[in-house]
Amino acid sequence: MLGYLIRRIALAAFVVLVVTLLVAWAVRLSGDPAVMLAQGSTVTEKDLANIREALGLNRPFYVQYLSFLGGIVTGHMGRSFMGGTSVALLIGHALPLTLELAFVSLAMSLVFSIPLGVHAAVHRGRGADQLIRVVSLIGLSFPNFWLALMLVLVFAIELGWLPPSGAAGGSGLVLPAATLAIILTATNVRLVRSAMLDTLGAQYVMVARSKGLRENVVLYKHALRNGAIPLITFIGLQFGGLIGGVVVVERVFNWPGMGNLAFDAVSTRDYPVLQASVTILAVMIVAVNLIVDLTYAALDPRISVAA
Amino acid sequence: MRPWLRRLRGTEFVAGLVLTALMVIPVLLSDLIFPGRGEAMDLAARLSPPLQTLAHPLGTDPIGRDVLARVIIGGQVSLTVGVLSVLGAVIVGTFAGLLAGYYRGVWDMVLMRIADVQLALPFILIALTFAAILGADMWKLILFMAIAQWVQYARVMRGTVLSLREREYVQSARAYGLRDYGILLRHVLPNAIGPVIVLVTLNVANNILLESSLTFLGLGIDPLTPSWGGMLADGRGYLQSAWWVGVFPGLAITLTVLGLNLLGDWLRDVLDPTSQVRG
Repeated sequence: MLGYLIRRIALAAFVVLVVTLLVAWAVRLSGDPAVMLAQGSTVTEKDLANIREALGLNRPFYVQYLSFLGGIVTGHMGRSFMGGTSVALLIGHALPLTLELAFVSLAMSLVFSIPLGVHAAVHRGRGADQLIRVVSLIGLSFPNFWLALMLVLVFAIELGWLPPSGAAGGSGLVLPAATLAIILTATNVRLVRSAMLDTLGAQYVMVARSKGLRENVVLYKHALRNGAIPLITFIGLQFGGLIGGVVVVERVFNWPGMGNLAFDAVSTRDYPVLQASVTILAVMIVAVNLIVDLTYAALDPRISVAA
Repeated sequence: MRPWLRRLRGTEFVAGLVLTALMVIPVLLSDLIFPGRGEAMDLAARLSPPLQTLAHPLGTDPIGRDVLARVIIGGQVSLTVGVLSVLGAVIVGTFAGLLAGYYRGVWDMVLMRIADVQLALPFILIALTFAAILGADMWKLILFMAIAQWVQYARVMRGTVLSLREREYVQSARAYGLRDYGILLRHVLPNAIGPVIVLVTLNVANNILLESSLTFLGLGIDPLTPSWGGMLADGRGYLQSAWWVGVFPGLAITLTVLGLNLLGDWLRDVLDPTSQVRG
């Protein structure tokens, strides 16, 4: 177990290193932010050198990279090239909004996918199971940004029930969260179904049934609860995909989270903001995967022995 | 399985095949059907709604181009990216997995460590960063997706080969004195290819989705080339006045991807009955 723990943590640390290096490297390839900042005004080469000096861009790559890593750890992530706002402050505003969107849509999807998945598993191979399977395949085939546009077309433009974009909190959350929830439900139904299939045949489920418990108690209290561990694991491992979806959907709805922040930073070559936002999202994903893996290994000793 | 259910499974396969063919064949023939590549502008009929004239069955866009023609031409980009990226990943991944699984040793260890790291990397974020910064064209997208996905095939292939190499028919082929490459090509590869085919089908669908979202966000294919993602980005501004400009390209993506997903799902049942759920 200890060996597995160390290997898993070392892998996560290495992945974080690779991600931060890739991002830092990509950002350096992107062109000269000093030229972007000076754009429009007539500047001499000396002015550009001064801008680079002031922003710390004339230092060697490894110095910039190390000071960036240090900044992530200490929370001093420098200032935005655009307007000089502290990067930590910008992220402090955007990150909770991204997490809000992610968790609300995950919760919405579980409300639908748990009963549907349980139903499909109980009626395995019958009409209801096939129907749920085909509908979930359709859900998996939607491009998330197009689904977002279609929801805007129907609920904001035609029916006028909901705002088409923007405004964090309240009714502005409904459409972006619904977009993500529909796509998540399509995957999660299948996960719930297969987790349930694994437990439905187990002896404790038969015992619970033979005690004469009501079917819903058997299904949700006995079968689902025991299938919950692999279920939570699979859902946790999809966190990366969820964040990827959130980033795209934020852009469509102009939701002021991390995805939007990163896209704005791309168009203005705002290195500190871009680098910090992508790194923080990536580290979050790696951390969630690590926690999920370790919890699963702690609960099921076969994992660490096999790996 | 009850007979009507087996028929339903058959229906799923037929539906997948028909949908895929319906979407793919016109795209393959698009240069013949629309020699003008849908660029002709009918300025008198700008933003004309669908089903109004025979000339523009799906309507026209803001500068009078035929939506049907552009949807079909636009499929070229998506299908090229989807197929070539997967082809690249399959060739590299299958070969690497085959050798690692058959010979084991150092290569196997190195391959598995690379796979561990790659599978833990949040590729969507890295794709966004690189596409945003370096600018993307079709070939960069293909290359990027192939690099991101080859380990999936390597892993699947290795796992299958590991179990196959101990089988009697492989052992006896070896005892018979067949060369390694003969054993690998004639006996191991054909028996290990099933799970790879399933993964191919699902990943082509997946990469079509990925390409179109990157293009929609302005991080993919050049906006002057007709593509489904690019048309959706154009259509976004006209949702209120001309819904058809933004609806049909998205429908084309969904139907193509659905066709491939149906085929992949059916193939998984046929070729790989052990795995129940995999993204």
